[in-house]
Amino acid sequence: MIGGERLAVRKTYKLYLGGAFPRSESGRTYEVHDAKGAFLANAARASRKDARDAVVAARGAFPKWSGATAYNRGQVLYRVAEVMEGRHAQFCEEVAAGEGLSAGRARAAVDAAIDRWVWYAGWTDKLAAVLGSANPVAGPYFDFSLPEPTGVVAVLAPQRSSLLGLVSVLAPVLAGGNTAVVVTSRERPLPAVTLGEVLATSDVPGGVVNLLTGDAAELGPWLAEHDDVDAIDLTGAPPERAMEFEREAAGSIKRVLRPPAAEPDWSGDPGLGRMRTFLETKTVWHPKGF
Amino acid sequence: MTITPPSPAQPSSQVFEYAPAPESRSIVDIAPSYGLFVDGEFVDGSGEAMKTVNPATEEVLSEVAVGTEADVDRAVRAARRAFTRVWGPMRPADRGKYLFRIARLLQERAREFAVLESLDNGKPIRESRDVDVPLAAAHFFYHAGWADKLEHAGLGPAPRPLGVAGQVIPWNFPLLMLAWKVAPALATGNTVVLKPAETTPLTALLFAEVCRQADLPPGVVNIVTGAGDTGRAVVEHDDVDKVAFTGSTEVGRSIARAVAGTRKKLTLELGGKAANIVFDDAPIDQAVEGIVQGIFFNQGHVCCAGSRLLVQENVHDEVIASLQRRIGTLRVGDPLDKNTDLGAINSAEQLARVRELSDIGEAEGATRWQPDCQLPDRGFWFPPTVFTGVSPAHRIARDEVFGPVLSVLTFRTPDEAVAKANNSTYGLSAGIWSEKGSRILAIADRLRAGVVWANTFNQFDPTSPFGGYKQSGYGREGGRHGLAAYLSTGDEQ
Repeated sequence: MIGGERLAVRKTYKLYLGGAFPRSESGRTYEVHDAKGAFLANAARASRKDARDAVVAARGAFPKWSGATAYNRGQVLYRVAEVMEGRHAQFCEEVAAGEGLSAGRARAAVDAAIDRWVWYAGWTDKLAAVLGSANPVAGPYFDFSLPEPTGVVAVLAPQRSSLLGLVSVLAPVLAGGNTAVVVTSRERPLPAVTLGEVLATSDVPGGVVNLLTGDAAELGPWLAEHDDVDAIDLTGAPPERAMEFEREAAGSIKRVLRPPAAEPDWSGDPGLGRMRTFLETKTVWHPKGF
Repeated sequence: MTITPPSPAQPSSQVFEYAPAPESRSIVDIAPSYGLFVDGEFVDGSGEAMKTVNPATEEVLSEVAVGTEADVDRAVRAARRAFTRVWGPMRPADRGKYLFRIARLLQERAREFAVLESLDNGKPIRESRDVDVPLAAAHFFYHAGWADKLEHAGLGPAPRPLGVAGQVIPWNFPLLMLAWKVAPALATGNTVVLKPAETTPLTALLFAEVCRQADLPPGVVNIVTGAGDTGRAVVEHDDVDKVAFTGSTEVGRSIARAVAGTRKKLTLELGGKAANIVFDDAPIDQAVEGIVQGIFFNQGHVCCAGSRLLVQENVHDEVIASLQRRIGTLRVGDPLDKNTDLGAINSAEQLARVRELSDIGEAEGATRWQPDCQLPDRGFWFPPTVFTGVSPAHRIARDEVFGPVLSVLTFRTPDEAVAKANNSTYGLSAGIWSEKGSRILAIADRLRAGVVWANTFNQFDPTSPFGGYKQSGYGREGGRHGLAAYLSTGDEQ
């Protein structure tokens, strides 16, 4: 360009894996277009190896994240909302382009996504009180039950709602203390990569969230059968493949969140269902006596 | 029918000799044959009948019907009708009253159930009388109270029943596992098709009689006996809304595959390989009692059995010596003898598995120790067994033996204990023995297991949620948490 406006510096959209932003080890990329078909960017197309590396990173991050105090986890998730707020305009632009929304509706989606982090941030230190129990057993024992995170959760994120949907499936996994390997919307991956940049600067330890841009149909089977993945959310699975993925997941007795009949409207009250799906209950007994 | 009780085994060096003290079996009246319990009636099964034997004597107790797909279909249709017309619309308080009735009937007929359980399963009468049957009654009493209070259970403002529950249970606690399945299902407004284990159907069939005495509406509880094919027909029936299974991880996997892609809600309570961790500050005598209770309760036919003893290295020799002394006093023999500690192995098939894994343990280099005890000539028996020098790679440290076989490993530091305890694909239960409270709580936090017993082991209660992490399954039984398995909360997505 000669004279006139400044030439923009474009972003390279990469994976977010183990707290870093690598390209796919496979070297593969794919074109991402806006809702009208115009070229937006080349996104990294994550491979099976990337998915396996992401599971290693998520497993490595699990002891620290699950062992953090609930108060600390809440503050970190709140920090995500704070940092997102600062990038509000960028998210609006990416969501509007990718999902073909008006500026007003894109803004509403971004607002709701930020507010969702705040909602879940407030849950971390209430789960044990709401989902736990003191059990009045018929004997001289102190007996209590507490929720604990399931472990490494693979998430096939919604295909349509690229940011609000993504946050709505990721935040409940993190609030309970799990770590996540997420396959983002195939056609609309760009807000997810920007969210990765937010997570990287929000005190979320590296490896707690791993974002793989690419195809749920390609990566789903590897994550579903992976022995070191404890649970899988099939929300964004291709509907005709969901049963196959659930079958694969049975091999290691994974907790499976089945896909909804159609992608829901994410603006509603989330409820506790998603958090509960990725929580275990531990019961501890101890005798009472002098 | 007359059955000769097996002669009790005599430990070689008893200080006191015990006279036989057999519980009378005259309290039970076993019919020569049983049908399926469908829609409130006993009906013939379409399959070829199977025999159920007393594992302590190998004598046939009765012939039991085998349900085919068609029989299961009849049972599911009866359950659906009962759900739609009677049990679903019923006032919740009345559903609760039926469960209270059942609890009382189980208490009234407790001795009969206990004797029948020991005959069919082989477990000591002391356990069936003091654990299985009272706990089964307690489960019904506990869940009865929930029936009209579900909106207060913290599972949303208006939790709804799922419909027809298909339930498949194992042979190790036949009546108790029935209670764990049936009580919460009925309390939450569901109806039931239950498949008891192939080798232990009799107490479930006696329970059917209790349902009739309670005037439980026909079709609310249906009991279809049979083997694996019958269970598969229950799990795979299109009109079943909920599947609950307790049994092996291998079968659990195939069930999870079978329900994939359906609307069926699934809970699984599968195998285990619990670590029982003994620190050097533990009171050794108490710990030894806990180790014995952990692995020899119910002949070790317990999914949460403390089958991996992790003992701190500096007290290893002391603990093992004390443990061997204690095991030497255990009495193995006639399940109906009130002094018996270990009864019979439930089946020839299970005995073969216990023998095979024990032989592998020896072949892989661990040292086998068994007390000098005579086993009865007939029936399925295996002596209490301790393997020392076990490495984490040995099969007997990894596979569920489901028998009276303890594997002993050592550790030096708390971190090593946690790492070894968690080094398992299972995560059902664990034990910790220490006098230091802060250590117990810190270790309990780090164990990936659904139930942690500290300075105790193998305790159960209907108010206390039970279930596994990892490949020990998902879902809980008991407590407020157990209700969730049978309710739709509306916020699942």
